[in-house]
Amino acid sequence: MTRLLGAAVSRVRVELTRKALKWGAAAVLFGLMGAAFQPVSLRADTIDDVLAKFATDRFPDTEKAIQDLASSGLATGPAMLEALAASQLYFDPISKGVFLKDSSGALIAARTGVKADGVPEARLKKVRMNNSVRGAMQTAQGALSLMSPDPAKRLSAAESVFKSRDPASLPLVQMALEAEKDARIRGVFEQARASIIASDNSQDEIKRLDALDVIKDRGDQDAASLLSTIAASSNGRVKASAEDGARAIQSRLALWAHVQNIWYGLSLGSVLLLAAIGLAITFGVMGIINMAHGEMVMLGAYTTFVVQEWIRAHNPALFNYSLLIAIPLAFVFTGFIGVVIERTIIRFLYGRPLETLLATFGLSLMLQQAVRSIFGANNREVGAPAFMSGSFDFGPIAVTSGRMWIIVFAIAVFVGLLMLLRVTPFGLRMRAVTQNRRMASAMGIDTNRVDALAFGLGSGIAGIAGVALSQIDNVSPNLGQSYIIDSFMVVVFGGVGNLWGTLVAALSLGVANKFLEPIAGAVLGKILLLVFIILFIQKRPRGLFALKGRAVEA
Amino acid sequence: MLFSRRSMLRATSALVGGAIALASFGAQAADTIKVGILHSLSGTMAISETTLKDVMLMLIDEQNKKGGVLGKKLEAVVVDPASNWPLFAEKARDLVAKDKVAAVFGCWTSSSRKAVLPVFEELNSILFYPVQYEGEESQRNVFYTGAAPNQQAIPAVDYLMSAEGGSVKRWVLAGTDYVYPRTTNKILEAYLKSKGVKSEDIMINYTPFGHSDWQTIVSDIKKFGSAGKKTAVVSTINGDANVPFYKELGNAGIKATDIPVVAFSVGEEELAGLDTKPLVGHLAAWNYFQSIDDPANKEFIAKWREFTKNPKRVTNDPMEAHVIGFNMWIKAIEKAGTTDTDAVIDAMVGVSVPNLTGGYSAMMPNHHITKPVLIGEIQADGQINTVWQTSGTVVAQEWSPYLEGSKDMISDWRKPLSCGNFNVKTGKCGGKS
Repeated sequence: MTRLLGAAVSRVRVELTRKALKWGAAAVLFGLMGAAFQPVSLRADTIDDVLAKFATDRFPDTEKAIQDLASSGLATGPAMLEALAASQLYFDPISKGVFLKDSSGALIAARTGVKADGVPEARLKKVRMNNSVRGAMQTAQGALSLMSPDPAKRLSAAESVFKSRDPASLPLVQMALEAEKDARIRGVFEQARASIIASDNSQDEIKRLDALDVIKDRGDQDAASLLSTIAASSNGRVKASAEDGARAIQSRLALWAHVQNIWYGLSLGSVLLLAAIGLAITFGVMGIINMAHGEMVMLGAYTTFVVQEWIRAHNPALFNYSLLIAIPLAFVFTGFIGVVIERTIIRFLYGRPLETLLATFGLSLMLQQAVRSIFGANNREVGAPAFMSGSFDFGPIAVTSGRMWIIVFAIAVFVGLLMLLRVTPFGLRMRAVTQNRRMASAMGIDTNRVDALAFGLGSGIAGIAGVALSQIDNVSPNLGQSYIIDSFMVVVFGGVGNLWGTLVAALSLGVANKFLEPIAGAVLGKILLLVFIILFIQKRPRGLFALKGRAVEA
Repeated sequence: MLFSRRSMLRATSALVGGAIALASFGAQAADTIKVGILHSLSGTMAISETTLKDVMLMLIDEQNKKGGVLGKKLEAVVVDPASNWPLFAEKARDLVAKDKVAAVFGCWTSSSRKAVLPVFEELNSILFYPVQYEGEESQRNVFYTGAAPNQQAIPAVDYLMSAEGGSVKRWVLAGTDYVYPRTTNKILEAYLKSKGVKSEDIMINYTPFGHSDWQTIVSDIKKFGSAGKKTAVVSTINGDANVPFYKELGNAGIKATDIPVVAFSVGEEELAGLDTKPLVGHLAAWNYFQSIDDPANKEFIAKWREFTKNPKRVTNDPMEAHVIGFNMWIKAIEKAGTTDTDAVIDAMVGVSVPNLTGGYSAMMPNHHITKPVLIGEIQADGQINTVWQTSGTVVAQEWSPYLEGSKDMISDWRKPLSCGNFNVKTGKCGGKS
């Protein structure tokens, strides 16, 4: 019997060596944790108790089981946590056995670590999670990956310990801190250690005050949050120091909040700019009231969706470049649609703004319904490539990568369009036609062709705006509707016929909106902005940057 | 262009075909029972309502395979009110007056329901309304198969306040600016205060329809949540604005273990357009989830996927409400032996049918149904797993006990009371106190 058990254990070892490479240090630590907190830890009944708790299908039990897992010294512990995180941990409601599925899909008994053959898989139930179980799991995993060879993992483990403040992790943090070479991760380890010491009421007061200083130096929202939590649960000098610290951080953050507002404003402004810049050509330069402009944006977004679907199906490796591929395609596709619309509808309506408005409005409804018939009414998922997901810190401000790239992209589109109008022969002809159509015609410019291409250009630009907007908004048939009003607002406010006006209008409206929003709320803020624009247009009907001179009369 | 012209052609031919089909149905109309389907198939609400139209077609189709009802086949009359509230009233009038339907299944937004109420009252017909709503209403001609606030919002808040839900002490009530979120938040605010939550621990925030720039609000939520007390967000944000909201939450790194968000308008359909990996653990409160492990539900999902010919099609709560409503209606017709409006309305109260979560739902005298309340957590695959549920079904409180003016009201459509807003203090039917 003992030999059998011994064989089983050695098979566990073999089974685990593969994993052990990955979990190596973690497994050692795991044993250490057990040794540190419960000297007689490898007792079989403890392990059975822990495993039994996984099989009760009650959240408080599961949570307790995860907390006890470490001190039980069960060798499959790390693998179990990994399986739980991937919701691959199962229990048998009848025999109360606990099993995990490894990455190859093989079923392994948690008690022994060997392949579980002959267990009826259909009977097994998943160990369920809720947020408190998930929290316990993250704490346990965080403690285990403190020594991970991957610096990113160590960093996130340190952050999770900082948030969980689990006193049991203290010796591990201490060990990890001594082994750590990277100065930045060391800093976070120190903060994690400080958060545990500072929130532990049984610790020495001097030590806690020192720890509070480390947290204060961190100076971000999480630190402020931690300090107020500590202040609420402590007395005397610690309480006073934590309160001071929280207050100091909050007032410093309040200053940064203005910088943050400007950033948010620029980000909103860049979205407005992208949505409006195509309209600045069709409405601003050509004078066509194009109510179908928003639908061009929508078609651009759907082009992105189609491109991504194709990439997913045929060449997943290209996924990170999907947006780059979609940009030219969206431009060509929506530009082409624009030229067709101009040739078949709008050219018959020049000089009749009311009819143009009605015709393009009708067209927008038709395009929406067409997309709805082809792609369905539901939202379509457009994924974000890796470089556009997540966020990074700039001072105490979290900058989301997607938003940053959209600002860059909006500026690039603006500069590109400006260059096109300024330095290319097509831009010259376009400006000539809009300034004095008959004279341009007399000079031999084919005004019909220029009109069609200009409308196509405006539509194409709207299409590439759609590629960017697919990253932050719903890709649904209604996408365009939400941008059409804002686009007109920006173009009219900026001054019809002036690209610089559109730029300044978009960015200033964005920033103004973001400064009004915290004071007046999102709904009232938007109303105030509209009222302001109405009053402004009353005073300066031609917008911020009105064209002057003879061009106006033409 | 070729593409869209072709699809236009297809659409036109479909329309013509539909018209011919309708006309030919008209000839045999006498021996069928007509069922009106009043859901937007175009415009903003098409995203949510198109599915409900399909579900109704499936239910009717199935009932016909079983031989119809009272020996007659059912016939669906589908109209498109195009997300346009006045058009809802017009189309409802057409359905009842011209097409002579026996009952109408439809509406999604409260605005559309309010728009059609006078029509159903005037022409004395029946409406089944399948969506969770703000309550404060009970009409003789309407059967509410969605949840009232106490069947969704209040249990969700109770769960978050419990130790299991994280003992939340600080609350953000975020919603889209219209009647459902405003009323729900008013009820929740009063409820939270009655539980001893202080005003400074409640933050209420409204955003316009289709709001897409959530940076400021998400950072405000983060700030509000860092006051040292466990914080949760109760979201009544309307469908379309949710995708950018959740994207921003994910980007800002707000995890469910830090600040959980419980949503009342986000179901499996809404999650289908979203990468849910950063959202794992955020909550939704409904009366049905697709993930419910019950034979009736599994059978329903299989039939739905076969009917839509899409093996990945998801199901959601309002669909279940239509299933319950439709089965109740059939049962009431069989009980009454006729499709006559008054007889069916009287027969409806007390009818009980199986729901898809393994229990029975009954039609109560207030024209609302009993429902279990489920709290679920969003999973990485876009499904929602139940983490908590009420031990039995909950009876709807259409008049909230937490609101001044509505706490003295009851509704009971049985004789002799027959009143939707009876004030127990004044002893009179009609009007708020």
